[in-house]
Amino acid sequence: MKPIEPMEPMKSSTLERIRNNYVVQAWLVLILAICFGGSLAGMQLALGPLIEANKINETLKKVPEMVLGAKKAEKLTKDQQLIIEPQTVEIEKNNRKVFYSVFKAKHPNGDPAGWVAKAVGQGYADKIEILFGMDNKLKKITGLFVLDQKETPGLGNKIMEEGWRQQFVKKKTATPLKVTKEGAKAAHEIDSITGATISSRAVCSIINTTIKDLRAPLSK
Amino acid sequence: MADAPTPYERFIQGILPENPVYRQLLGLCPTLAVTNGLNAAMTMAGATAFVLFCANIITSLIRDLLKPHLRIVIFTLTIATFVTIADRFLAAYMYQMSKTLGPYIPLIIVNCLIICRCEVCASKQSVVHAGMDAIGQSIGFALALASIAAVREILGTGMLFGMRVLPEIWPDWVVMVLPPGAFLTLGLLLGAVNWYGCKNKNNNEL
Repeated sequence: MKPIEPMEPMKSSTLERIRNNYVVQAWLVLILAICFGGSLAGMQLALGPLIEANKINETLKKVPEMVLGAKKAEKLTKDQQLIIEPQTVEIEKNNRKVFYSVFKAKHPNGDPAGWVAKAVGQGYADKIEILFGMDNKLKKITGLFVLDQKETPGLGNKIMEEGWRQQFVKKKTATPLKVTKEGAKAAHEIDSITGATISSRAVCSIINTTIKDLRAPLSK
Repeated sequence: MADAPTPYERFIQGILPENPVYRQLLGLCPTLAVTNGLNAAMTMAGATAFVLFCANIITSLIRDLLKPHLRIVIFTLTIATFVTIADRFLAAYMYQMSKTLGPYIPLIIVNCLIICRCEVCASKQSVVHAGMDAIGQSIGFALALASIAAVREILGTGMLFGMRVLPEIWPDWVVMVLPPGAFLTLGLLLGAVNWYGCKNKNNNEL
């Protein structure tokens, strides 16, 4: 064992102080951070518009299908494509401002084809984001599509299935939709998904609220 | 370091003898979370492989400049950068998949597999070693994810890569695509791998 040496008096030479400075110790971290930050910024500049376009495209692509139905939308030739006008509707509700993304679809000759609204609401697990179409006079629902959901796989996520969504087509908007477990009979009833009543109800209530909110501003 | 592993050893070790999931039990978060379908699992394996490879190379290049008390910061910084690149890239070119994987791509940052490889191999050995190590470990990780995802997707939905493989009569075991299925599958496969390993060892000793 070495004998314990008495402590040397601390040398406070400038060089030593600089070497122990936190910033100098971390020079590699700082330089790397600047390099990485720069490259990330460059990448965001290159890919950012593409990602934004992806998000908008996903919605826009669905609009004709929501208004006309999948079969008719597929048959549209190039010069028959609908003209889509995105707009934002602002509504005062419980002293809070609520915004809706709405798409107005028109035939190329200027005839109105219908409306498509994007709506978000609380589901069973997380927020459900849907897109649904209404006819020109807001009397009937013409289509429903689920843009984003995190419901239970195998149960709640069946709201995305074509068969279930088809129930909403041609439903009248005058009476609010109601979910039933005993087989839908009345015109405003929707069959719930077995084991996913909350998810089914959530979709219906999102549609009901959105129709209620949008009826006035869109009929203007 | 006379007996440090050679690049080839590093490569081969990663695949089975030191498989990240079955042997080291690393990176279990994505293993459990995104293995309900093969498509998602393979995308996750690809993203992890990209991040692991780049992080290992960068760490190995700057290994002589690392200060012991600042090394973890640098590993995390490097990993976070490449994860962000992978995340943005997926959002730009594989939008649907990026929505399916959701938060699990950003969560690669805290995948301990990558930090472990930086610490164990890349911060001590040359670029060639680090690169081979990353490739080996990535293949091992992909194999592990694929095995778990295949079992869960077949039993849970009767499909593979989204295509029907079991007859329609198959009653889908929904529990297999739910979180409990992940734990069940991982546990059983882990048991099987261990049992097989033990059997081989005993045979060799006899």
